[in-house]
Amino acid sequence: MTAVQVIALLLVAAAGPAVVLTRDPLRQVPVNGVFGLLLALLFFVFQAPDVALSQIVVGTVAVPAMVLLAIGRVRRREREADR
Amino acid sequence: MSRQLRMGLFGVSAAGFAAVLVWGMTGLPAFGDFDGEYGKLLAQSGIPQRSVGEIVAATVFDYRGFDTLGEEFILFCAVVGATVLIRVHRAEGELPPGPAEELAPPSEGMRVLVGALAAPVLVLGIYIVAHGHLTPGGGFQGGIVLVAAFLLIYLAGRRLTPHTHRPLAAAEFLEGLGAAGFALVGLAGLIIAGTYLENFLPFGTFGQLLSGGQIPLSNVVVALEIMGAVLVVIAEFLDQRLLSSESR
Repeated sequence: MTAVQVIALLLVAAAGPAVVLTRDPLRQVPVNGVFGLLLALLFFVFQAPDVALSQIVVGTVAVPAMVLLAIGRVRRREREADR
Repeated sequence: MSRQLRMGLFGVSAAGFAAVLVWGMTGLPAFGDFDGEYGKLLAQSGIPQRSVGEIVAATVFDYRGFDTLGEEFILFCAVVGATVLIRVHRAEGELPPGPAEELAPPSEGMRVLVGALAAPVLVLGIYIVAHGHLTPGGGFQGGIVLVAAFLLIYLAGRRLTPHTHRPLAAAEFLEGLGAAGFALVGLAGLIIAGTYLENFLPFGTFGQLLSGGQIPLSNVVVALEIMGAVLVVIAEFLDQRLLSSESR
């Protein structure tokens, strides 16, 4: 195992708990995006560029966008329920 | 359940899980010690048999094309099922049809960034789809990059299409076309070459854009399917403005 691979593994290991420990869903979105990007880096240094390519977009664009829109929808419903 | 009890339960479960995990991992082959004959065989046969250097694409769309057909229809069924559910709920009045209020307009910085990024991301997506059999990438990866281009435009608060079109219907059509397209590529193999998903196009010269037989064609239909699927899901579930023909 090369040093780069060890560093990538450690970064992912640190970023995973960081996502869980971020309790506010809205703040969780960018943290999760960083986790996704690190995961893509991990896939790349482990010689899986195909997977890394999907992971970059899914982890940093598609998932955050869906989660943000879902949070927006839930909050709007809560506001409507309050009225 | 009290906090103490919960933490106790977690401690016991985590210790047990760690023990089983360590026990299981001691039996694994050493790091980097790959011992899969099938993988070695595929890595050696990609170029001589299929004129394809991207062995992942050759495996996914040719050698194991039938698995990919299944995956395609898993995605298709998931999208159809979810869409039917949400429409039933909406018809019963349990869900609001769309956003009730206007969002704050995006900042100038956002618009400038998106304006600069949207077109290159679109081109990158098309490139990744078109070169799926030559370099890492392909229909799945390129399709999701294309979705990202649409999301960027959406973020800038722009409509995707003019008033005269029905973009949601277009996304649904793309989704169906992509799913059916892969099945039809297989069917063409059955008719022309004799076996379902058998290659029926010339393999061409290794390294050319048009080589690898049906693999580039499969990449294109898969990209359409992915684009349709993600756009339909986002538009149906979360924000119809993504594909709405009304102005914002």
